[in-house]
Amino acid sequence: MTKTITDVVCPFCGTLCDDIEVIVSDDGKKLLEVDNACVIGTEKFLHSQSSDRITRPRMHQEDGSWKEISYDEAVEYTAQMLAKAKKPLMFGWSSTNCEAQSVGNEIAEMSRACCDNTAATCHGTSLIAIQDVGLPSCTLGEIKNRADRIIFWGCNPAHAHPRHMSRYSIFPRGFFTGKGQMSRKLIVVDPRVTDTAKMADMHLQVAQGQDYELLDALRVALKGEWLPDEVAGIPREKIREAADILKSGRFGIIFFGMGVTQTLGKNHNIDAAIAVTKDLNDYTKFSIMPMRGHYNVTGSGEVFAWQFGFPYAVDLTRGFARYNPGDTSTIDLLTRGEIDAMLTIGSDPGAHFPISAVKPIAKMPSVCIDPHLTPTSGVSKLHVPVAFNGVETGGNCYRMDNVPIDCRKVVEPPEGMLTDEEFLIKVRDRLKQLKGAA
Amino acid sequence: MSEYIIKNGHVFDPVQGIKGDKKDISIKDGKIVDKVSSSAKVIDARDKTVMAGAVEIHAHIAGPKVNLGRIYRPEDKLFSCTPTHGMERMGGGASIPTTFKTGYEYAKMGYTTAMEAAMPPLFSRHVHEEIRDTPIIDEGAFPVFGNNWFVMEYLKNGEVENTAAYIAWLLRATKGYAVKVVNPGGTEAWHWGLNCLSVNDPVPYFDITPAEIIKGLIEANEYLGLPHSMHIHPNNLGNPGNYTTTLDTLKIAQGMQPKNKFGREQVMHLTHTQFHSYGGDSWGNFESKAKEVMDYINKNKNITVDTGNVTLDETTTMTADGPFEHHLTGLNHLKWANVDVELETAAGVVPYIYSPNISVCAIQWAIGLELALYAKDPMRCFITTDHPNAGPFTRYPRVIKWLMSKKARETQINAFKHKDKVLSQTGIGAMDREISLYEIAAMTRAGPARSLGLTAICGGLKPGMDADVVVYNLNPEKPVGNPDQIETAFSRAAHVFKSGVEVVKDGEIVSSGNKRTLWVNAKVNDNPQVMRDITEKFLKYYSVTQNNYEALGHTFVPNPYALDVDATT
Amino acid sequence: METVTIKMKNVPALYLEADNVSPDIFAGKTATQIADLHVYEGNTTGKLGDYFEVSGNAAATAADTKIVVKGDVTRVKYIGMKMSAGEIVVEGSADQYVGAWMTGGKITVNGNVQAFAATAMRGGELVIEGNAGNYLGAAYRGDWRGMSKGTIHVKGNAGSDIGMYMTGGEMVIDGNVDVHVATHAEGGRVVIKGNAKSKVGGQMVDGNIFIFGTIDIMMPGFKYVDTVEQEVAGVKAKFAHFIGDIGERHKTKKGQVVYGNLYTRV
Repeated sequence: MTKTITDVVCPFCGTLCDDIEVIVSDDGKKLLEVDNACVIGTEKFLHSQSSDRITRPRMHQEDGSWKEISYDEAVEYTAQMLAKAKKPLMFGWSSTNCEAQSVGNEIAEMSRACCDNTAATCHGTSLIAIQDVGLPSCTLGEIKNRADRIIFWGCNPAHAHPRHMSRYSIFPRGFFTGKGQMSRKLIVVDPRVTDTAKMADMHLQVAQGQDYELLDALRVALKGEWLPDEVAGIPREKIREAADILKSGRFGIIFFGMGVTQTLGKNHNIDAAIAVTKDLNDYTKFSIMPMRGHYNVTGSGEVFAWQFGFPYAVDLTRGFARYNPGDTSTIDLLTRGEIDAMLTIGSDPGAHFPISAVKPIAKMPSVCIDPHLTPTSGVSKLHVPVAFNGVETGGNCYRMDNVPIDCRKVVEPPEGMLTDEEFLIKVRDRLKQLKGAA
Repeated sequence: MSEYIIKNGHVFDPVQGIKGDKKDISIKDGKIVDKVSSSAKVIDARDKTVMAGAVEIHAHIAGPKVNLGRIYRPEDKLFSCTPTHGMERMGGGASIPTTFKTGYEYAKMGYTTAMEAAMPPLFSRHVHEEIRDTPIIDEGAFPVFGNNWFVMEYLKNGEVENTAAYIAWLLRATKGYAVKVVNPGGTEAWHWGLNCLSVNDPVPYFDITPAEIIKGLIEANEYLGLPHSMHIHPNNLGNPGNYTTTLDTLKIAQGMQPKNKFGREQVMHLTHTQFHSYGGDSWGNFESKAKEVMDYINKNKNITVDTGNVTLDETTTMTADGPFEHHLTGLNHLKWANVDVELETAAGVVPYIYSPNISVCAIQWAIGLELALYAKDPMRCFITTDHPNAGPFTRYPRVIKWLMSKKARETQINAFKHKDKVLSQTGIGAMDREISLYEIAAMTRAGPARSLGLTAICGGLKPGMDADVVVYNLNPEKPVGNPDQIETAFSRAAHVFKSGVEVVKDGEIVSSGNKRTLWVNAKVNDNPQVMRDITEKFLKYYSVTQNNYEALGHTFVPNPYALDVDATT
Repeated sequence: METVTIKMKNVPALYLEADNVSPDIFAGKTATQIADLHVYEGNTTGKLGDYFEVSGNAAATAADTKIVVKGDVTRVKYIGMKMSAGEIVVEGSADQYVGAWMTGGKITVNGNVQAFAATAMRGGELVIEGNAGNYLGAAYRGDWRGMSKGTIHVKGNAGSDIGMYMTGGEMVIDGNVDVHVATHAEGGRVVIKGNAKSKVGGQMVDGNIFIFGTIDIMMPGFKYVDTVEQEVAGVKAKFAHFIGDIGERHKTKKGQVVYGNLYTRV
């Protein structure tokens, strides 16, 4: 016999679909089938069932081999590492729940660490732009119910957020958008002809590294002022046509991703896109929204912000919170040799960081909390596997539009495995003892 | 549990009519009691002022727009953070404090209960996470209803009972406390870039007026008999001449009677009234209409108000009045954040500097004080700054100083660059009244508690109430030489007890207490129509499922305190 | 002028935060007292004397105090932070935040500096003999009030994001710069003797930029108006004069619309 669990929340990307259905065995120990999720989400659930799961912590030996140790021994190593380090970094947080993030913050405050999340290599630049110029935005249901002008700028949801277009942005028939995709005009800005670009009513193949110039030109076009013949490889007539399409809508939205957040200009690209959005509000209704990657990077930013005041790249080493990407952000801390211990959780910097930032991790005391074997766990001294968040344990998460949704537990983790939160609570309590004894 | 006796203090308690008499206050098992045993710990309150814990009726301290403010203003924390020390977690934020700092700062000033003024229902989990992480003080949150699709559709058809059933459902789903209304109808219009600036402007598509929304929500609120009344931020906030919109809004409540078992006597609470008391028709002839507004309030006893005092600081405005924030960024060109929330509401955030060198800001400062100084019944006029909109809540002691000391007001008036304009456009120069400590107790404790329907548990020092007790270093028998002493005394209490636990001693946190989340559990008759409408809207229009909407217990509301209401017939 | 010399003797394993190395903090102190001042390496608090040899007493006031910094301070941050008067000479290269939030006095660095030098400068003088990093004379994150007064002279090259949100003061770069010059500026003057790459004057509301060398890609929001002759940073030359950023909001002064000005040497 089986059980069907409904309203399950998919713990993969910032789309945070909450209409997933999961079929589990009657005893709740085996996950059998996943419905409604995209191919990535389905795999996120199903791969938790692999028979070759690592289920216990392992310590990297001198000769490169791994030795299994107990969770208690792992707690001891982690607490000692954090207690002794002069400037430890606790990085990641984006694939775990807010409850675990909060315990992590207690640990960071106690050990006077730096803490950061995956925004450091993703939408951190969006946050910098938001800090400079603000953010006119909305929830995803607004897009579904009202939007008739959609722009995907520097992002490819067909591949990166597969159900985004069907749940929110292109296809749904909402309250004021009964004609579904026929209600909407789509502009895609991307140097590449992606699967998303193929759907567009207009595809602007912007010259690489010149999004900032193109956005400036759009603002000039909105004002009806003089433009050079061509900007960023786009002829000015096309730019004016795009401006008119946007102006003529009644509710527009710009979605954007790594194509602008991590290319030349970075935060300035986002700053300019926000400026375009703000200008468009003089003519019609317009919003802008970052396509957050990890399913709970937004949550990490929220928890850091209400507890410490800043959304990422937080430095607690002086006993109070400081923030300045370029100084307190992870890539800089690693490449400049600023830190002497690293804890990674809910992310894979080994796979995503420049190699010059990964090498230092291998040279210092390090812990990687992750159910998987990853490039990060490979270079860390201690690997602590934990239950899959959103599959084997629940917990609150924040969607790309900051809406909080409580993930569900649908299946039991392998026997004896701890969750992030449970492991971190043990680390916190041990650290309290070590600090108290000092 | 512990016994305490606070001896020989000068007690100010409007609930019992005690106006500074020397009286002992006894605490046992978390409550105020008539007497305690000889083993009670003695707190020496000789030559000091004793009041109940203060009650914050309206502040933006927990939730998505508050956090958006934190995220987008790193400069709000530059050089002003407090380190981890003693019992305190680290804190930061001059105008938008982090949650730990929020709890500590309120407690140190003697506040023991606070209401988060506007909770977008879709984000209730976020609000509750922040409430959970705000130490010491009891908190509740007001879900917003004035731009809600269900409410607008039901009230267009005059369906008060259905509206009430929906309100009861939403209060439970979001663990909310009261019916909050912000810029009724105007914020839904804002989802199309429009607004409703008068109570008669119809909402696009929904074709209902703000007046109809306001009236209907008052009726639904009284049908349910909720502890608090409908709590409203009227249309047309912040614009010169808007006092007429305010009077139009107030008049809707005329003749309406409160119905409840909580001792509440008003049917409407008008919030941050300062922002709604403007005359003139441009910034050039901008003037105060505080007298006109307070004349009406004084005559109509079924209304309570809070002031929304401007404190002359650099601060951050944040409100569910989305179109207002867009208008404000057009004026001061500072960074503008906005979030439109599907089916429910919106929010906007813009920094603002209330400079004493700008005549408009100085006039706003005067208006906020005039409102309190014109108030005939301090049990119906409460002190707030609409934190952080008109100023940070940490400035309450300064506002109290200005209200209690004409000399302090004069010092500020003389420091204004455009003093002459302040005197010509407002009545502040001629006002001699100095609010007394007893009146302050009414305006910050007994009054707000009664308005919120919390008289059974807080706002006073009557035996049976929660032992929320504050001792201030202010001797009411000694004339105040320097008014700054008032501000100092109210900034850092000598002792604060919350539910019978000493949480602050000599201005320092000594315990995190055991805070509660206050919410209202209203029972209504089964209403299949409303339940069906809810299911349908989730299926078709919301972007989350119905089963994922409700803020369930565990990490969100770890220590709930539900006020039960039975509205079944 | 009294001179205090601090010489690096113990290069930190990590980085040192030396916000106490400032004439304002040293003023009125003897060498021994100065050596007792706190410095921070990560989450540990040490004494200046643990890392530096300290000699010489400070004057009674900041204005009369000079600090000479010798040795390898490439891992030392915040030298001269918030100083209001007096002088600092760094003989080598320093790390981040040199002269950040300074309001007066003079700092000379004989070598290079890293990011965030002269953040939100409010007065005084900063001279870099070598190269400057990114965010020279820029505002702190989120603040629309950047450098408002003071002068910066970099004899080498500078990085990206210089003069962001500048509202006043003057910056002269003898060499080349990276992307994003005077973004969001609302006043002030930036002079670049060498070449710029792109994104010069983006979102500028007011202020003046002079580029003696080349700009690889012009912002589309800059419109040519005329050619003028001007003397700039000691050099008289002909400049093509552009106004912009046309796409940005504009102020008016006495009924006239105000634009930022970009001058490129002809």
